[in-house]
Amino acid sequence: MGMTITEKILAAHAGKDSVAPGELIEARVDLVLGNDITAPIAIKEFRELGIDAVFDREAVALIPDHFTPNKDIKSAEQVKILREFAREFGIVHFYDVGRVGVEHALLPELGLTRPGMLIIGADSHTCTYGAMGAFSTGVGSTDMAAAMATGKAWFKVPESIKFVYEGALNPYVNGKDLILHTIGDIGVDGALYKAMEFTGEAVAQLSLEGRLTMANMAIEAGGKNGIFAPDDKTVAYVKSRSSKPYTVYASDPDARYAELREYDVSRIEPLVAYPHLPENVRPARESGIVIDQVVIGSCTNGRIEDLREAAAILKNRKVNGNVRLIIIPATQEIYRRAMEEGLLDIFVAAEAAVSAPTCGPCLGGHMGILAEGERCLATTNRNFVGRMGHPKSEVYLAGPAVAAASAVLGRIAHPDELK
Amino acid sequence: MKAKGKAWRFGDDVNTDEIIPARYLNTFDPDELARHCMEDADPDFMKKAKPGDIIVAGKNFGCGSSREHAPIAIKAARISCVIADSYARIFYRNSINIGLPIVESAEAARGISEGDEVEVDFDSGRIVNHTKNAEYAAKPFPPFMQDLIAKGGLMNKVKSELAGKDH
Repeated sequence: MGMTITEKILAAHAGKDSVAPGELIEARVDLVLGNDITAPIAIKEFRELGIDAVFDREAVALIPDHFTPNKDIKSAEQVKILREFAREFGIVHFYDVGRVGVEHALLPELGLTRPGMLIIGADSHTCTYGAMGAFSTGVGSTDMAAAMATGKAWFKVPESIKFVYEGALNPYVNGKDLILHTIGDIGVDGALYKAMEFTGEAVAQLSLEGRLTMANMAIEAGGKNGIFAPDDKTVAYVKSRSSKPYTVYASDPDARYAELREYDVSRIEPLVAYPHLPENVRPARESGIVIDQVVIGSCTNGRIEDLREAAAILKNRKVNGNVRLIIIPATQEIYRRAMEEGLLDIFVAAEAAVSAPTCGPCLGGHMGILAEGERCLATTNRNFVGRMGHPKSEVYLAGPAVAAASAVLGRIAHPDELK
Repeated sequence: MKAKGKAWRFGDDVNTDEIIPARYLNTFDPDELARHCMEDADPDFMKKAKPGDIIVAGKNFGCGSSREHAPIAIKAARISCVIADSYARIFYRNSINIGLPIVESAEAARGISEGDEVEVDFDSGRIVNHTKNAEYAAKPFPPFMQDLIAKGGLMNKVKSELAGKDH
């Protein structure tokens, strides 16, 4: 019986020749990560074990990105817990302000997420690294603590759903629209406990960045992981970022799937997800919702390609007088590239605010909290009740082109309207 | 082990931002988190709920963020059990790992109304609705998870493994 790419990676890390969906396994992990919200609990639990080393000090990443630069005293204390633990235990991959970026943008950039790896992170968007052909999934702080100690974690081998994307992409349509369309189709629990395997000629055309955006939101359909088989683009990216070994896996032709979904992407337009679930997807063209704020950034869409898309629209234009536009390059490297390419100049000239890398407003942390009744269009991943501030505020989700065009127009719109 | 209390009803897709909003995540003190338990789903929940009460919800309970603060807040609020049609996987995993009693039962999630007196027997998987005089079956945990629950959660299991008692 053939195996899927997810099953092959899990089998290899459990020391087995094969695994089947439903099987409970204990597997070796190659990388464990946590952030300034989740790692303090994991560190407390780890310290209670009374052991003097983590399983591999190069395979633990502590990334204080959520409330940094520290938004208040309590947040500063939480980051301090990470910093002190990293020093004491010799954690190689701890990054402080000035070096840190949004974790799921930073780790691929550092070459720490490679094809064939098994990665867990105490952050639900850890599924992002599936774009690299890794098995990668979010867990809680306790799982993180246990894995830091033992280098292992338990998993139920998931069934896989195969998504096939064919056809040519329409203008302004990118990974964000493909994944929003998919979540709109299957619902926020449509892939509950399952692996989402993304395939087809249309996703082969996407850059690694577009694929990172898609895998990032697998969790918004309830998925355990999202995954793409590595291709030449993946290998070229990894080689440019790391000299460490990696393993390329692909699903067997006779691998078994719980479900098959096929999409003709030529029928997908730029989309927007309405409050309060990412499955409430509608065409941006039909929206017209008046907005108070736009955020472009996050682990979903804060990469250089996203900033270029936004800049192409904002060039020689001004943000609408009733809108606050906040742009957050996801890492220091992206920030610098945006500066060198003149994108930051375009943003500031358009009267947008550009911030240091942080998760900040995406989760209602800081750097753009909403007041009661306010509406925000964001390139982030969640539009839950109160996600970005007051419980009676609203969040709409879209890709960077729709976000930039809507910031100019003051209402949610298709970028074509600016032509 | 048993739980008994008054049922508080919530809908489908209750996410961890509603269970514990991120504005309170600058701490991981359980008692402080408990004060804001379920705040964005029902701002008055902590004024109404009593120790031992039970949360009853629809499908996909605990979706969204991986924050363990969500099951920690529910546990510290002294909610004795969560009953739902289904759970998001990270919340499910976190609850088992930290020892928050949760059960999965589509029929109980459908049959229980707000205010019903409900009793859950974790050993037999029986859920009794004393108000409606009805009984429902909970989906049993796989043996691996029963073992984890019996050992008192993941960290206790790791502790005993590190001590070489459980190879």
